[in-house]
Amino acid sequence: MLELQGVSFETEGDNGTEILNNIDLKLLDKKIYVITGPNGGGKSTLAKIVMGINNPTAGKILLNGQDITNCNITERARLGIGYAFQHPPRFKGLKVGELLRMSAANNPEKVNPYDLLHDVGLCAQDYINRDVDSGLSGGEMKRIEIATVLARNLQVAVFDEPEAGIDLWSFQKLAETFRNIHLKYETTIIIISHQERILELADEIILLVNGRISQKSEKEKILSLILQNNGCLCSTKCEKGVGQSAQFVG
Amino acid sequence: MLNLLDRLMLEKVADLHEIPQGAYNIRKNGQGVQKNTTANIDIINKKDKPGIDVIVKPYTKGESIHIPVIVTEENITDLVYNTFEIGEYADVVVVAGCGIHNTGSRKSQHDGIHNFFVRKGAKLKYVEKHYGQGEGRGEKILNPKTVIEAEEGAVVELELIQIRGIDKTKRDTEIRLQDKARLLITERLLTSGEQEAESNIVVELSGADSSAQIISRSVAQDHSRQIFYFDLVGSNKCRGHIQCDAIIMHKAQVLSTPKISAYHDEGQLIHEAAIGRIESEQLIKLMSLGLTEKEAEETILQGFLK
Ligand SMILES: Nc1ncnc2c1ncn2[C@@H]1O[C@H](COP(=O)(O)OP(=O)(O)O)[C@@H](O)[C@H]1O
Ligand SMILES: [Mg+2]
Repeated sequence: MLELQGVSFETEGDNGTEILNNIDLKLLDKKIYVITGPNGGGKSTLAKIVMGINNPTAGKILLNGQDITNCNITERARLGIGYAFQHPPRFKGLKVGELLRMSAANNPEKVNPYDLLHDVGLCAQDYINRDVDSGLSGGEMKRIEIATVLARNLQVAVFDEPEAGIDLWSFQKLAETFRNIHLKYETTIIIISHQERILELADEIILLVNGRISQKSEKEKILSLILQNNGCLCSTKCEKGVGQSAQFVG
Repeated sequence: MLNLLDRLMLEKVADLHEIPQGAYNIRKNGQGVQKNTTANIDIINKKDKPGIDVIVKPYTKGESIHIPVIVTEENITDLVYNTFEIGEYADVVVVAGCGIHNTGSRKSQHDGIHNFFVRKGAKLKYVEKHYGQGEGRGEKILNPKTVIEAEEGAVVELELIQIRGIDKTKRDTEIRLQDKARLLITERLLTSGEQEAESNIVVELSGADSSAQIISRSVAQDHSRQIFYFDLVGSNKCRGHIQCDAIIMHKAQVLSTPKISAYHDEGQLIHEAAIGRIESEQLIKLMSLGLTEKEAEETILQGFLK
């Protein structure tokens, strides 16, 4: 179980802006949580706080009751937290197979890198010996990134916009893969996504707007809310995304 | 004869665990100590100066020539001239490593001057590895100069590797490509401590449809200093590409000058050069898989220099 208690995050510097405000969450084992909300709402920041990449300016993070707020990235990884980056970095000279073997190194279960690639919709023979560098497309990078997290037996796995850049066909496969994680592991799964098919996988949907959790509920409620709202999640009241003091051109 | 230390040095510079198969010439502390020729490859000592002539008969295929140099004494300055004649349509590998083991306080230096004639249609792969060890204050210095003439349709591949160990090196490489000749140079360099390394590569694409690619990757650590000067000169219809990438760490310095010069309107030349620190996102990614920061750094550097 992962708990966030009053977690806030401000950017550094004199006029630091608040990015996350007093987040409380209790996320259970063997459940899928989907975090959604407008761009810039703070979703990736929240994910990085869970992984230990960002340190909260206030609040506590607990993993199975243990306070991990002061644990660094490596320590959290070893405690079973994993994060699939929104923008995965590329590595010159590192092969896809090597990266996956490194990812699976501490998994007591035997993991086959070929199966991992298959699970994210990539043909293993074509990819296992390729370098994780600029020779791979954005969608290919994203899928390999997801595979590095699937390679591990995790307490908490965070996937940051896994659908980005992935074609519809592979996407179907991916949704299935997320659903199947719980056949093997008890992992608490957190997926940051805007995709209806991913939202449908959720046990609970969390709506994050302007650094605050504005809704946390059963998915039916949120899905209908999002549809009703016609896509507008502006911070102040507006008509279909047009602010009251909006200026018109032309 | 070769002792245990000599064998270790041979392993480092030439991946040799035993005396090599095929043709070889082992030079130790300024003298040839052991050599072997084959039916297709002859090795003759030069009469006028130190060094050897290696003659590969036309159409020789799949043979290798090892010419490792080991220096295990201090206060040595070894200068050697080697000439290679790679006959028409031959296909061979030449491995020329140099290892210095200096435990003394005076310098050990080896300067090798290599001249290659790669004849029409021949293929040459030339591997040059540098390795130094020994705790003494005596400097370990290597200054190789390589001059290659690649005739029509020749294919030349150069692998230049120096990972730590050498205090000072100045490498000069001059290559001329005739019609349809192709060249690939991969350079891997890591300097640390107070080491200095300089690499100058000038490639003249003088033949029609000649092509050259230089891929240089280096890591500069501590207070070390690296200087690169690469020039692709296109004086005919040709293609050339330089990619140099350096990772800079600590208080190191890297000065890189990639240059392309065209003297023909069908010369297509590109250069790309980048110097930067290890990307923090790369470190964070590997740490998020459970590696420590140090392990992540080593993994990234190892891949980069592979
Ligand atoms: N290190 C940072 N410094 C300054 N601003 C940041 C930093 N990280 C994120 N932000 C800002 O915080 C907001 C939330 O970003 P992010 O968490 O990436 O949003 P999301 O993932 O929901 O699109 C954005 O306005 C972004 O520009
Ligand atoms: Mg984001």
